[in-house]
Amino acid sequence: MEPWLDVIAVLLILANLRLLGTSRLSVCIQTVAAQALLLGAVPLLMHADELSARLIAIAAVYTVIKAIVLPWLLRRAARELGGTREVEPFIGLTLSLLVGMGLFGVSLFLAGPLKRAGQGHSGLLIPVALFTIMVGLLVIISRKKAITQVVGYLVMENGIYVFGVAFAVQEPLLVEMGVLLDVLAAVFVMGLTIYHISREFDHIDTDRLSTLKD
Amino acid sequence: MIAALVLVPTLAALVSFALRRPWAARAVLLAAAIAHTGLTAWACVVGPAPSMEGWLALDATGLVFLSLISVLFLACAVYTVGYLRHQVSQMADTQEGFLFSHGRQATFVGCLLLFLAAMTLVTVAGHLGLIWVAIEATTLASAPLIYFHRHHRSLEATWKYLLICSVGIAVAMLGNFFLAVAAARGDSAQVHTSHLTLSSLLNSAGQLDKTWLKAAFILLLVGYGTKMGLAPMHTWLPDAHSEAPSVVSALLSGALLNCALLAILRVHSVLVAAGEGAFSSQLLVILGLTSLAVAAVFMVGQMDFKRMLAYSSVEHMGILALGVGIGGAAGYGAMLHAVNHSMAKGMLFLLAGNVLAACRTKHSPQITGLVSLLPVTGPLWLVGFLAIAGSPPFGTFMSEFMILRGALDSGRGWVAAFYLVALGVIFVAMGRVVLAMTYGRAGAATPSESEAVSVAIALSAEAPTAPKRIREQLWSIASPLALAACVLMLGLWQPPPLQNLLRAAAQAVGVRP
Repeated sequence: MEPWLDVIAVLLILANLRLLGTSRLSVCIQTVAAQALLLGAVPLLMHADELSARLIAIAAVYTVIKAIVLPWLLRRAARELGGTREVEPFIGLTLSLLVGMGLFGVSLFLAGPLKRAGQGHSGLLIPVALFTIMVGLLVIISRKKAITQVVGYLVMENGIYVFGVAFAVQEPLLVEMGVLLDVLAAVFVMGLTIYHISREFDHIDTDRLSTLKD
Repeated sequence: MIAALVLVPTLAALVSFALRRPWAARAVLLAAAIAHTGLTAWACVVGPAPSMEGWLALDATGLVFLSLISVLFLACAVYTVGYLRHQVSQMADTQEGFLFSHGRQATFVGCLLLFLAAMTLVTVAGHLGLIWVAIEATTLASAPLIYFHRHHRSLEATWKYLLICSVGIAVAMLGNFFLAVAAARGDSAQVHTSHLTLSSLLNSAGQLDKTWLKAAFILLLVGYGTKMGLAPMHTWLPDAHSEAPSVVSALLSGALLNCALLAILRVHSVLVAAGEGAFSSQLLVILGLTSLAVAAVFMVGQMDFKRMLAYSSVEHMGILALGVGIGGAAGYGAMLHAVNHSMAKGMLFLLAGNVLAACRTKHSPQITGLVSLLPVTGPLWLVGFLAIAGSPPFGTFMSEFMILRGALDSGRGWVAAFYLVALGVIFVAMGRVVLAMTYGRAGAATPSESEAVSVAIALSAEAPTAPKRIREQLWSIASPLALAACVLMLGLWQPPPLQNLLRAAAQAVGVRP
């Protein structure tokens, strides 16, 4: 199954770059959903010879939540909040892409010492996981809207999920904790807060949330 | 037994959510707080056995932090009853004057109790994944508390808190995955036993993969360090602490930050057992010193007294990280300091609430003469400052001194020097604000006028308009008084059982006193 894992890894990298290069909010949400679909396949391919019901359940739940439910909620929130459909970055899109390429180099460098003995797997998975996490962080800090910050957070979680499902899945319940609690709870509360922000300020630009500072 | 500690506040929270009458919710809060303290005292005496295959286990370190949370919560519950009794539906903002409302009282009480349950779970969890879940739960339970006053500044603070802490907690999850990789031994025989319980990690520490373990520690330190308020990940802390209701600030500062510290201590103890203690200690010392430096810089010239207290929390978390990192005598000192800091900071935030209610401003230059205005809060405010700044005879002096001695004993002269300079700067910076607030003529809010004008006003308005002493409610002063007595007692005499407990806690963390 290794060739297919490589294909998925490359597609994930491309999805990350698309996220950084697009100016449209809807494309961002779509990309996160596509990424989640790809991720659903990772545990199945990775542990193809010892598939268990638990693994399939994790993959199914994750795909449903992150590829269907959350994008739908985000799209609805974006529509109801109104405003422009641009992502409104602090740094230009070209620069974002360049920084993204730099981050990919950094993640390849960081993944160097983190070799795992035994187990045949795609050598790309660890750097791709790190890269996805960093892209998520970059989106959080470089985009103005509260909703794009949530998108960045989801991308970051995708990266963490790649890692967990590929390497830490033997540990009972750990991956389930990550999937269920993180995705559901945090984002629902964030969604609620976005709602309040929009009512209070008539906009969701976090750069205007700047009263509190020293 | 251990489960009861978590279940009691959870059930009380559910009851409270369903209640319609505010007074009933307040009664539930008080009853649950007393029950929780009772259970904690019982756990101190009995020492319950681990349950659920080690997922729940209460050791000495957990017990220290559990007692501390329980006592502080009881104090805050008493204060909250008084606080909620005087909430009216519309309040004028203290900075910008607009009217705002706040959330339902029953919801507030319910979230407080859920917050308590989540923090209790952190202290009794013996599994790193469960600790992670509990810390995530503290974030979710406390976000509505910060947003109790419905206005734009508290919303901004809540958003920052949620986003920054969620990112931190996500990084900590990655750290847990790394730890699982380090602990996986490739034997598929024991698929269903967890490698991430503390006891299993400590027992097999020698076989952990060192590279993955170190990487896991860095990630967990950054992740939980965000929640703990270690610089440079502390940026949510001053905003959340200054905008939340004072009683929530007291709990955030005195209890929540300690929970995150406990999570870091758990991982640190694994690294020490694996023989990599030098690595994790070094990182803790560096982050501790950074926090001290950042806190000192931002406290100089800080005008908002609640933000000043928040930066003081950053400072003390830095001191705790430093103490744990140094180890030896400083390890014991750090445990004692955690107790002292919780009591002193809890008291100061509750007093800050009293001051805010009386003076209607957080801008410290507009406040003078607290001693004559508020007969109990005023003097206590000064006592609290002396306690938090580490002057004798308070407990903080003892613990800060132990950490200093530990630094010198272990040959870290530069660290000790840096530590002393930072403490000195912070003492002066806080002292200037607090002394100006405490003494002088009551209510002389003349920050911008020239000296002569203010004197003229003062002379002309001698007797008739001089603000009267405010009669203070027992609800709002009982808790700060009790906490002040605790800090004072810890400085003069530490009960032998407490000493043994703290020593055992320091030992469990891996720093031999």
